[in-house]
Amino acid sequence: MKQIVHPLRRFVRPSVTSSTNCPGCGNGIVTQSILRAVDELEMDIDDFIFVSGIGCAAWIPSPLFNADVLHCTHGRPIAYALGVKMGLPEKKVMVVSGDGDLTAIGGNHLIHNARRNVEMTVVCINNMIYGMTGGQAGPTTPAGVKTTTTPYGSFENPFDISRLVIAAGASFVARWTTMHPREITGSIKKAVSRKGFSFIEVYSQCPVQFGRKSGMNGSVQMMEDYRKRSIRVEKTAGLTAEQLKDRIVVGEFVDIQKPEMVEEIEKIRAGAGWRPG
Amino acid sequence: MMGNEACAEGALAAGCEFAAAYPITPATEIANRLAARLPQVGGAFLQMEDEISSIAAVIGASWTGRKVMTVTSGPGISLMSENIGFAVGVETPCVIVNVQRGSPATGMPTVGVQGDVVQAKHGAHGDYEIIALCPSSPQEMFDHTIRAFNYAEKYRTPVFILSDAFVGHMREEVRIPEAATIERICRKIPPHGADPQTIKGFLDEDIAPMPIFGRGFKAHVTGSCHDEAGKRNLIDVSSLDLLVRSLSNKIIKHKEDITIVDSNYAKGDVVLVSYGPVARAAAAAAGAARTAGLQAGTLRMVTVWPFPDHEIENMARKAKHVIVLENNLGQMYPYIKAAAAGFADVSFLAPSLVGQIHEPERIVAAIREVVQ
Repeated sequence: MKQIVHPLRRFVRPSVTSSTNCPGCGNGIVTQSILRAVDELEMDIDDFIFVSGIGCAAWIPSPLFNADVLHCTHGRPIAYALGVKMGLPEKKVMVVSGDGDLTAIGGNHLIHNARRNVEMTVVCINNMIYGMTGGQAGPTTPAGVKTTTTPYGSFENPFDISRLVIAAGASFVARWTTMHPREITGSIKKAVSRKGFSFIEVYSQCPVQFGRKSGMNGSVQMMEDYRKRSIRVEKTAGLTAEQLKDRIVVGEFVDIQKPEMVEEIEKIRAGAGWRPG
Repeated sequence: MMGNEACAEGALAAGCEFAAAYPITPATEIANRLAARLPQVGGAFLQMEDEISSIAAVIGASWTGRKVMTVTSGPGISLMSENIGFAVGVETPCVIVNVQRGSPATGMPTVGVQGDVVQAKHGAHGDYEIIALCPSSPQEMFDHTIRAFNYAEKYRTPVFILSDAFVGHMREEVRIPEAATIERICRKIPPHGADPQTIKGFLDEDIAPMPIFGRGFKAHVTGSCHDEAGKRNLIDVSSLDLLVRSLSNKIIKHKEDITIVDSNYAKGDVVLVSYGPVARAAAAAAGAARTAGLQAGTLRMVTVWPFPDHEIENMARKAKHVIVLENNLGQMYPYIKAAAAGFADVSFLAPSLVGQIHEPERIVAAIREVVQ
């Protein structure tokens, strides 16, 4: 009998035979969405260099993707990715990491590289909790949610990550949830094709940590909640902040052209007298 | 030429293509010069948002096969430490220049001290070995920077230049040799077209070929505990043991090739042991002592890490007495004492003021005292 092989298996490191994700984790959906984008762009996985930080989401490319992968320190993947892009400007550099990694400990690198508009695609998997360490609150945890470190409920204001990155100057910003796998793929395809800092935020369920603590116990329940609360950005015109309070605004928020830093450095080199070859 | 400028020129002579740094006194002149010079040779200098991202970008660029460096002072090294440990753990060639300043805390930025010498070895968490060079003149800022790049490439490791505000801001004649006469070592990489499944790119005591990015090697580079192929292993303690031992043994095994000491002593001498700019005072003091009829010699550690214990021990076997001189309160002294104390008396002479290199007359007086 012919063995059935998943069509995206060719993008997965041959030595990887199992997943480290918990049952019901949204990482699998995001993984497929990324690999489908590579497939639909008819690109080779070796056209990419993947960089990730620390946390469950960072284990998507490391070790899964059968390409060059740099699994670095907590919070720093965007800074490492900048160095990679400087050294290999012809390659597509993609950062895959979580909300804690990219917006808490690594928030500085996120805003500064959005400001620089360095060409790279950043996929931020936002599960609103620290999953790997056992369910601690983060800068994205909604107010009032009880977590391991907020046993009486979170008393902080959460970040709206996409708005933060828009304000910092990224040239492509989109937000989806794991209920929008095809939309994620579509945005990643656009992001990879753009010259600039592209940011895709994905609300992704963590049934084991966030789900258990927030009282939404299963991934089906959490995804159903995403479906109910999501509203396309195009449909928000005229709605008040109060009306949008519990909604998840999804869609492509920014898609503009502006100078990209690595290309600007090429011009600086030429101005300084450098002639290649 | 100023020491800091000589350092930047040394980096260019060594083939540096990328540098990233954050402004800090007294290291800024290196960054300023790199910012002007690197684009002229097709490279780039980036001023980052902090020292953490500076070292991160440098490590990322090193994995693309570029020669890289970052420059800072003590507070910057403190911020970089975690990522320096990462560079050690995944065997990344890079040069880190620490132009040391008066510390701890914000301290006194324009005054040179040797306060970060042990930090260079133990700044990051975990067991590891490091290479550190201590220049004592602008010429050595140039020469040692080239040497640091060569060590970094050869041993796939971060290499420190432990300079300080005195040497960094010192102006002396610097001889820059013809480019063709400068030895430039480049890291080994796997052969073109190597099967990614068979590449062993890590944990070889004789230095594994580096599976740099963009060549189809499908490198898996992780700071997690990993095996020779880069595969993560968080279960088997023997895997951790292999990681820790290989990383250290890689340096220790080649210690003889790395270590540089300047010895100028004879049997029965009082030997002054020092490094960096303090060695200039030690040499002056030894000369004055000999003129005064005292038996005195010097041993200068050009490399302080890996610690040159054999050289210290051999010296101590011949010395009448060993005096350790440092512009701090005795950071290398315990190491030197441990290697020398079985064979000679060892004492420490602190500077009269921390941040002020020993007056040669004071050192001569100390020699006189131990002789009597």
